[in-house]
Amino acid sequence: METQTQSPLVQMRGISKTFASVRANSKIDFDVFPGEVHTLLGENGAGKSTLMNVLNGLYKPDSGTISVKGQPSRFSSPRDAIAAGIGMVHQHFMLVPVLTVWENMIMGLPGLEAVLPRKEVVEKIRALSERYGLRVEPEARVWQLSVGEQQRVEILKMLYRQAEILVLDEPTSVLTPQEVRHLFDTIRQMTAEGHGVVFISHKLDEVMEISDRITILRKGEVVETLLGRTATREELAEKMVGRKVVFAVDKAVLNAGETVLEAEGICALNDRGLPAVRNLGLSIREGEILGIAGIAGNGQRELCEALSGLRPVQFGRVLLLGKDMTGARPMEFVKAGVSYIPADRKGTGLVGAMNLRENFTLKNFWRKPYAKGIFLSWENVAGETGRIVERYGVSTPGLGVPVKNLSGGNQQRLMLGRELSGTPRLIVAMQPTWGLDVGATEFVREQLLRQRDRGAAVLLVSEDLEEVMALSDRLAVIHKGEIMGVVEDPRAATEEDLGLMMAGIRRNEPSTGSVPR
Amino acid sequence: MSAPFRVERRLDCPAWLNWAIPAGAVATALLAGALLLFFLGVSPGAAYKAMFKGALGDAWGVSETLVKAIPLTLAGLAVGLAFTMVVWNIGAEGQIVMGALAAVAVVRYAFVDSAPVMFVLMFLAAALSGGLWAGFAGYLKARWNVNETITTLMMNYIAILLAEYFIYGPWRDPSSLGFPMTAPFPDAARLPVFGSTRVHVGLVIAVLLAVLFRVLYRWTRWGFELRVIGNNPNAARYAGIDYMKNILLAMFVSGAVAGIAGMTEIAGLQGRIQPGFSGGYGFTAIIVAWLARLNPLATILVSFLLGALLVGGDTLQVVMRLPLASVQVLQGLILFCVLGGEFFRNYRIVRTGKGE
Amino acid sequence: MDILVPILTAAIRSGTPILYATLGEILTEKAGVLNLGLEGLMLLGAFSGFSVTLATGNPWLGLAAAVAAGMAVSAIHAFLCVTMKANQVVSGLAITMFGTGMSALLGKGYVGETIRGIGIMPVPVLGKIPVLGPVLFNHDPLVYASYVLVGFLCWFIASTRWGLTLRAVGENPRAVDTAGLSVPRLRYAYTMAGGGLAALGGAYLSVVYTQMWVEMMTAGRGWIAVALVIFGIWNPLRAALGSYLFGGVGALQLRIQAAGTTVPAPLLLMLPYVLTIAVLVAISVKKGRGILLGAPAALGQPFHREERD
Repeated sequence: METQTQSPLVQMRGISKTFASVRANSKIDFDVFPGEVHTLLGENGAGKSTLMNVLNGLYKPDSGTISVKGQPSRFSSPRDAIAAGIGMVHQHFMLVPVLTVWENMIMGLPGLEAVLPRKEVVEKIRALSERYGLRVEPEARVWQLSVGEQQRVEILKMLYRQAEILVLDEPTSVLTPQEVRHLFDTIRQMTAEGHGVVFISHKLDEVMEISDRITILRKGEVVETLLGRTATREELAEKMVGRKVVFAVDKAVLNAGETVLEAEGICALNDRGLPAVRNLGLSIREGEILGIAGIAGNGQRELCEALSGLRPVQFGRVLLLGKDMTGARPMEFVKAGVSYIPADRKGTGLVGAMNLRENFTLKNFWRKPYAKGIFLSWENVAGETGRIVERYGVSTPGLGVPVKNLSGGNQQRLMLGRELSGTPRLIVAMQPTWGLDVGATEFVREQLLRQRDRGAAVLLVSEDLEEVMALSDRLAVIHKGEIMGVVEDPRAATEEDLGLMMAGIRRNEPSTGSVPR
Repeated sequence: MSAPFRVERRLDCPAWLNWAIPAGAVATALLAGALLLFFLGVSPGAAYKAMFKGALGDAWGVSETLVKAIPLTLAGLAVGLAFTMVVWNIGAEGQIVMGALAAVAVVRYAFVDSAPVMFVLMFLAAALSGGLWAGFAGYLKARWNVNETITTLMMNYIAILLAEYFIYGPWRDPSSLGFPMTAPFPDAARLPVFGSTRVHVGLVIAVLLAVLFRVLYRWTRWGFELRVIGNNPNAARYAGIDYMKNILLAMFVSGAVAGIAGMTEIAGLQGRIQPGFSGGYGFTAIIVAWLARLNPLATILVSFLLGALLVGGDTLQVVMRLPLASVQVLQGLILFCVLGGEFFRNYRIVRTGKGE
Repeated sequence: MDILVPILTAAIRSGTPILYATLGEILTEKAGVLNLGLEGLMLLGAFSGFSVTLATGNPWLGLAAAVAAGMAVSAIHAFLCVTMKANQVVSGLAITMFGTGMSALLGKGYVGETIRGIGIMPVPVLGKIPVLGPVLFNHDPLVYASYVLVGFLCWFIASTRWGLTLRAVGENPRAVDTAGLSVPRLRYAYTMAGGGLAALGGAYLSVVYTQMWVEMMTAGRGWIAVALVIFGIWNPLRAALGSYLFGGVGALQLRIQAAGTTVPAPLLLMLPYVLTIAVLVAISVKKGRGILLGAPAALGQPFHREERD
């Protein structure tokens, strides 16, 4: 399967790419040999997609070189890359749903005949399907296909264009387990035919199974390249996440009170209709922080939304202070004292074009004293917004400025201030320090601790393992929508322990849908 | 070989552009119109002078401008409300017609010889009629996401044809001989006018509603909810704002206000309906709303200006024998320029200097 | 049977201007651009056709001038919608206003003039077929051209590589962009083609149908065309049937009024609009996996290419 003696199909040397002030890729070397599966492993934001977008011609690197089969190449558009034999299957498919598979296959193909050569194309597709084991009905319309089948069409598109290197960007994130099996069979078939495959993922168990080589990226740089055959899960988890000094947080002694949130057997679907949260149970008491650690895409967002009423719960119950809130509307959750701090602050949590006062009002327009009957009291709003700005250190020229003009850190401070100033009973915080500088990060963590000391129940969802270990009183690990295990004393836990759980290995007994206290 | 200029996305829009762009657009359109007239052998100077004199040159002209500004303001407010929520109510024309029809129906079937009573009845009937007409399209959108641009557009012509049916048919005034129209309103159903002008009480209603809308947008909870939905539907959902309920309500109110415009036109000005009575106000109102950037107080001002344009068009017809529809050329040009000008709210032209 | 033939013949002739406009708008909308300016474009076409025919004595030149005028004015719409990414609904309305006003302004001196337009050319053999012959083959060349156009467009859209690209760019412009094709160029081309056809439809009215010029002579046919695109669910053949149907109703209107039947003319004329709403609701309710079957998915939305450096 892997032959290092041959020359590489593609060789990337010293690739660097910076966006605004973020170094997405930093002097990366990466190559792919014929017949191998070379995985790019890393967390969200590690730089995997950027590197591959450089390879497929979407981005131009700031520095570095790309050679295809020994020839130095420069791609000014995806078409050049495809012509050079590099085909990428994106996470979001580039298919036209109402057209048939065979029509999608040839759309935009250079040198296509005037009258669509339907029979020829269909035959060629069937031949490719046969050869690579990619079963797809050429006459079917794409909207009728399952996601797995659509992905096969995308792969076939690249093979149809005679791609020698196939880049698969997080291909399993949209697939069911059976479809993942099929995909892996296909990949093995492709490597047997001499293609080189780049597999981008952050899912350790899959990476272990399919890779010949694994290159781990962290913060835009290559950490190491390991052989798939000899790498261990623990090694991968550790290198992916990074060995950092655990940040010593001055935390008061836990003084937990009554149960604020009780979730039993929660099942929820993601936007595509696939199960995202499966039979999940947890409970949080007053004055405690329950952390949820896990690799992105394992149902965290869907869980947070289900617990704040923004996502329907298919099965299970959500109880808030004993009251059954399952199926209640978002406004009822808000009024019951649930504050949700979404990860997507610009898209969901704030209205960019509106100013600070109005954004405060976003979650308070129904509440006295900011609302007086049908009217809003901008005076009271301004007063409280001003207090928030001061207390939470929001750096802004004024309250009337559109929030999209503020930096990410200040936007987060504002949103935090809004959510926390209403003395919520339950705070659901998802990725609250993502993308923030050190000062803002420390501030947010401090605020969460303060809320905890005040007696709020806090659900902290974070991909930052160090953060979630330091802040949580109890720490649960989520994997594929289920809780893998709960650690009662996070400070006693090792990163290996957690890494294993994040990789899908349960701790001790299987979780029964409710968390043992 | 790279161009000397580059197009760059703006981070924010300087406040002065908010009025500079509409003003610049109107100026550019007038210029383009002047060029057009010149090439057609019509003296632009004479044409514009005639228009200005006719519309704003004397008290009568100004009063006529106000007459036109009334339905434009009301319909402009109506359209602006829907547009605030990014719901494209293109059906103001039809909603005006439905409001007028309701007023006529009240006079025909529920006449009471008391001006205040008639006013209230007609007002409510017109609001209900226009509101339901728009609300139907709103319901379709809320429930099944049916494209409201098309439904409101189609319902314009349904309403206009419905009016024609009544005008030519059951409601035709037997004494109207060659020109079909309904019977004239009795005095009790007419709105009072100011002095010897044709400016009717609808002006007061228009100004009041504009102020009301301003209060609505700026100081009420509902206005806030609408603005959030229009700005960021995701954030609206997150904030617990009910999308479906608000679309229905907003479309209803939008149609109701347009319906009131229809009622005031008939009860205040025309006194009876004849084919084509709605005069394109519903479409011109879209220009008004766009130019005024959905601001209620600016709507009054812009309505006045566009009213002047329309009166100017009337004058051109009388003085220079140009067809009445010619003024639509200017309307179209203004809209072209406003649309083009908006580009500069989001983008700017930057010179590619040495640092590239 | 005796009354049927003249009615059907009138339906076809009356429906032909609408058909041209509808076919044009189908092309434009399939590419993802909404052009509500058809009424204005038809009027401009009617005037251009008439005036050039009057000036040159050649109706074919008149038709060509109409197409050119339609393409030029719809280029403005394309510029605003595609390059300036402006609101397509408002831009279309602006085109309507502009076209209506311009045609009235320019046409001032032409009211009352007549031209020798294009006359009937019966087709030799086919015209003798009982019933179908006189109905379908006893018309002017533009009607025959419209038959051919309907067939051509059906084939073009479904079976050629440009038709494939057309369908794709209105559904998922990003996929087309990634494939290396120019979305703006495609949208400009089809918007202008649609505008040209709409103008041709208008010219038919003045150069063939009436051979006169009257202000506002399209009498709302442009709006019916907008409706028919949806009513026919973006299909040229269904558009043809719809055009003849509603063209026929329009032609029948006079006869009905004369006969004094119980169904008043205005209510009949409402049919295209009512039926269009019904069709639109039907396709919105019955969605296949969330996809509006028939309507181009990207219709009316400006295409922003993601920042590529």
